[in-house]
Amino acid sequence: MNWQDTLIQVLIILGQSLALLVALLIFVAYILLADRKIWAAVQLRRGPNVVGPFGLLQSFADLLKFVLKEPTIPAGANKAVFLLAPLVTCVLALAAWAVVPIADGWVIADLNVGVLYIFAISSLGVYGIIMGGWASNSKYPFLASLRSAAQMVSYEVSIGFVIITVLMCAGSLNLSEIVEAQNGRLGLLNWYFLPLFPMFVIFYVSALAETNRPPFDLVEAESELVAGFMTEYGSTPYLLFMLGEYVAILTMCAMATILFLGGWLSPLPFAPFTWVPGLVWFVIKVCFMFFLFAMAKAMVPRYRYDQLMRLGWKVFLPISLVAVVVVAGVLHFTGMAPK
Amino acid sequence: MSVAAAFFYLFAFVLIASAFMVISSRNPVHSVLFLILAFVNAAGLFILIGAEFLALILVVVYVGAVAVLFLFVVMMLDVDFVELRQGFLQYLPIGMIVGAIFLAELVLVLGAWATGPGVAQAVSAAANVAPAGAEAVSNVRAIGQVLYTDYIYFFQAAGFVLLVAMIGAIVLTLRHKAGVKRQSISAQVERTAKTAIEVVKVRPGQGL
Repeated sequence: MNWQDTLIQVLIILGQSLALLVALLIFVAYILLADRKIWAAVQLRRGPNVVGPFGLLQSFADLLKFVLKEPTIPAGANKAVFLLAPLVTCVLALAAWAVVPIADGWVIADLNVGVLYIFAISSLGVYGIIMGGWASNSKYPFLASLRSAAQMVSYEVSIGFVIITVLMCAGSLNLSEIVEAQNGRLGLLNWYFLPLFPMFVIFYVSALAETNRPPFDLVEAESELVAGFMTEYGSTPYLLFMLGEYVAILTMCAMATILFLGGWLSPLPFAPFTWVPGLVWFVIKVCFMFFLFAMAKAMVPRYRYDQLMRLGWKVFLPISLVAVVVVAGVLHFTGMAPK
Repeated sequence: MSVAAAFFYLFAFVLIASAFMVISSRNPVHSVLFLILAFVNAAGLFILIGAEFLALILVVVYVGAVAVLFLFVVMMLDVDFVELRQGFLQYLPIGMIVGAIFLAELVLVLGAWATGPGVAQAVSAAANVAPAGAEAVSNVRAIGQVLYTDYIYFFQAAGFVLLVAMIGAIVLTLRHKAGVKRQSISAQVERTAKTAIEVVKVRPGQGL
């Protein structure tokens, strides 16, 4: 391959990445609005409704507001790490989307170890929080970062085992192949959420904990820790934290969609439904998962910290460990294991 | 220079530079952060030689779990590191001796390097099966075949060693203090209205 071909390939990949990034950021803007609207609706409020029709431009107004404000760095803060932390959070969250197949063949990097890549990237997300909490040189952020380190490491373990059960059923670590493995004549009855329903529930709850969403938002429990690790942050660094958090939530929704809800597949495998592009089904499923996340935030009271740890280590870990053994046994002895 | 070579030099340079910063930086938290950077760059080198599985396992295990706990401990340490560094030159000869022994051992191990009988077969078989696109699946598969068929006893033995270490750590640190209130979830769930509530009729002017 000569250098021109290489250059063209690099440019194509850059263009694809840029397109995905822009689409993702706009999607995040509306997901944020949806989060606030759903929360408001549960509490019989209207939610943001001033900027634009139905408040549709609220997120962009917030963006402008954050960007135009002056970033302040506390005098005692460790400057480099303080500014690096939000960047780490945001970049890592966005990097996970490189391997997410949003439709058949629509993926920037069709990695053969895609699941592991997302798992690795999301396990790195804790660094942004730890660095931010430590570099702020203030007690509430520090406590929050200690909490989040323990919390995210605990729930990663059960997420890992849940993913292993899906991998055993699909026989591949490639996200596109996992979706293809759920393709069948029965449509949505073929998807893994049905045979692996307990694992789906564990994945959903662990994803809430992994992304520090309510009811597991002890990292930023405002009654105890002000705003947690973000207490000393303002303007653009704060915005980056916020953005990273919501992109990580979307990544988890996309993971649940791919692993359990058949990715881009149509729920009913016959004519009018199969004409709909896969991208539409994928977005609908991700939105559905996000709706579940938002409803949990609106309805469930916050956990106590020791209860959170108990749930992770004493309930989810044993259940998912047993599930790995049971699924492996069933696949082996019924001969359903993928070759 | 190809793209891969450029990335190799990038990863290698950052790896060595950050490894140097681990031992030379004044702040222990910065040291750990540089260590994490070194791990990530090592993972990049693994990817360049086509071992994606090993690379991502390195990131998941070392960066995602081990280094987090490391950072956790170092952040909470309240040690005066300026004081600790005072005798730095004093300990330099000992450090150099330890380093030299370690290097000699590494050279000895690498000099006697031999690939197991099954390994070469599995690797070549994986290379034959895989045309261009399906390389990494066979990457995972090759590791699995070698580890779980040829070396299953060693693998199990390693697992037992880790299990013993884990149980040992728990036994050494677990102690039940008397008089500490604990939450018993099963006891809470078993409570019914009959056992939890007592209905008392209070007569006016008498109290209970």
